[in-house]
Amino acid sequence: MEEIIKVENLTHTYGIGTPFERSAVKDMSLSVYRGELLGLIGHTGSGKSTLIQHLNGLLKPTSGRILLDGKDIWAEPKKIRDVRFRVGLVFQYPEYQLFEETAYKDIAFGPMNMGLKGDELDRRIRDAARFAGLRDELLDKSPFALSGGQKRRVAIAGVIAMEPEVLVLDEPSAGLDPRGREELLEHIRAYHRERGNTVVLVSHSMEEIARYADRIAVLAHGKVLMRGTPREVFSRGGELVKAGLDVPQTTRVAMELRRRGLEIDPAVYTVEELRDALLARKKGGAR
Amino acid sequence: MLKDITLGQYFPGTTLAHRLDPRTKLIAVVCYIVGIFNCHSAWAYGLMVLTLIVSARIAKVGAKALLRGLRPVLFIIAFTAVLNLFYTPGEVLWTWWVLKITREGIRTAVAMMARITLLITGTFLLTYTTSPIQLTDGLESLLNPLKKLRVPVHELAMMMSIALRFIPTLIEETDKIMSAQKARGADFESGGLVQRAKALIPLLVPLFVSAFRRADELATAMECRCYHGGEGRTKLHVLHFAARDYAVLALYLALAVGVIVLD
Repeated sequence: MEEIIKVENLTHTYGIGTPFERSAVKDMSLSVYRGELLGLIGHTGSGKSTLIQHLNGLLKPTSGRILLDGKDIWAEPKKIRDVRFRVGLVFQYPEYQLFEETAYKDIAFGPMNMGLKGDELDRRIRDAARFAGLRDELLDKSPFALSGGQKRRVAIAGVIAMEPEVLVLDEPSAGLDPRGREELLEHIRAYHRERGNTVVLVSHSMEEIARYADRIAVLAHGKVLMRGTPREVFSRGGELVKAGLDVPQTTRVAMELRRRGLEIDPAVYTVEELRDALLARKKGGAR
Repeated sequence: MLKDITLGQYFPGTTLAHRLDPRTKLIAVVCYIVGIFNCHSAWAYGLMVLTLIVSARIAKVGAKALLRGLRPVLFIIAFTAVLNLFYTPGEVLWTWWVLKITREGIRTAVAMMARITLLITGTFLLTYTTSPIQLTDGLESLLNPLKKLRVPVHELAMMMSIALRFIPTLIEETDKIMSAQKARGADFESGGLVQRAKALIPLLVPLFVSAFRRADELATAMECRCYHGGEGRTKLHVLHFAARDYAVLALYLALAVGVIVLD
């Protein structure tokens, strides 16, 4: 697999030279492969937010490098804006950044900063709105008149409209109701599949990550604690719990059953798999 | 970047200066300022500098921290000094083209610089040793007599504490919105004046919206806890003067009166 973003020995220290000096990310290395949906998990304070702000050059590494397609993004600091168009970053609670008179104009902000006009601009806005799950009639409304979930979709569409090669989303489902969450994540998955673009999904919900990510990186204390497919990561559920992280409910059930002597494959992490594993045991006639 | 802005930052501590009643410190600073504006001779200025150094020593505030407060006003100090240097009439010492320096000019320039420096560092010493909450508490208590004149003292003090409380929050918020718009290619750093002003719209609109939202939420939260203004409201920390407060007040009053009468 080809690396699209490579983080090399990244360290970021806040407040250098003050009594509040603190390293949020310490000597971290991580690869993002082209076309994958990478899930980033970690507690608050694990360095997730700091890491992703390096991916599009909003923060400059204290030491280490960020390579985009093999090129150091800080090689030409004047061209950092181009990096921001190639790596689209959706912040947490992005609805608070809306400012235009209509949703349509707000989505247009990013692509217009890229210098796009006319038909291409219109196509991108409508495409992005569709990917984010916004109905056409909402586009002419003021973003402030929309519901919370709709506002968030407008904000996400605003980044998708730049058609970035990598889309990074920081807790996109935070604060939404369960249905809104699922709808939004399904839209993101559909975008990922249809475009074949790379997506980095940051979340602290193991359920969410387990369901949507191709690969997971677990962050703790500014370092990568584990990386691998959901199956590989969740089969080490015990270590995750020890690190103070959550595991999907299904994994928790499987872990407890195993502790009580039932032989279940540790790599089981979806409800369906656990069901099949249990049924297979029943048919096998054990206990 | 924005987080570096300090508006009279408070340094927690337990020195005598920290333990003084905020009202004492407020009155002392007023006395000090009155003193500064009545200084004429070098010995009076010397006395003022000495007072500042001793006070800073007691508060354990280093010279570096104290002088850092001057950085934002350096330009004003330099500007005033230059104006006074060239535009004070008197005995001419040196001329070049339309510029001339007079003996009186040098005197006034130096005096002005000393005045502003002492004024700023003196008040900074107050904010270094007094938390914003204590400060508004002290202010409210000092202004209490004005209630008889129907001045809404409590409301003003409450507004001030809320404003102070939200400065860091708003700075953080500004930072966040700025990053989010930069991620969409906003450019706050280049272009002409008009372009830069326009670039601020994507920053200011969300900032105002969120400030109003916060105000609304805070008002609801306060009403939920039955806040109804200052009437009959008691304090968690009741201010009272101790012996040290009277001593410090006496010293500073003596300083102000002494300078006015003798100089």
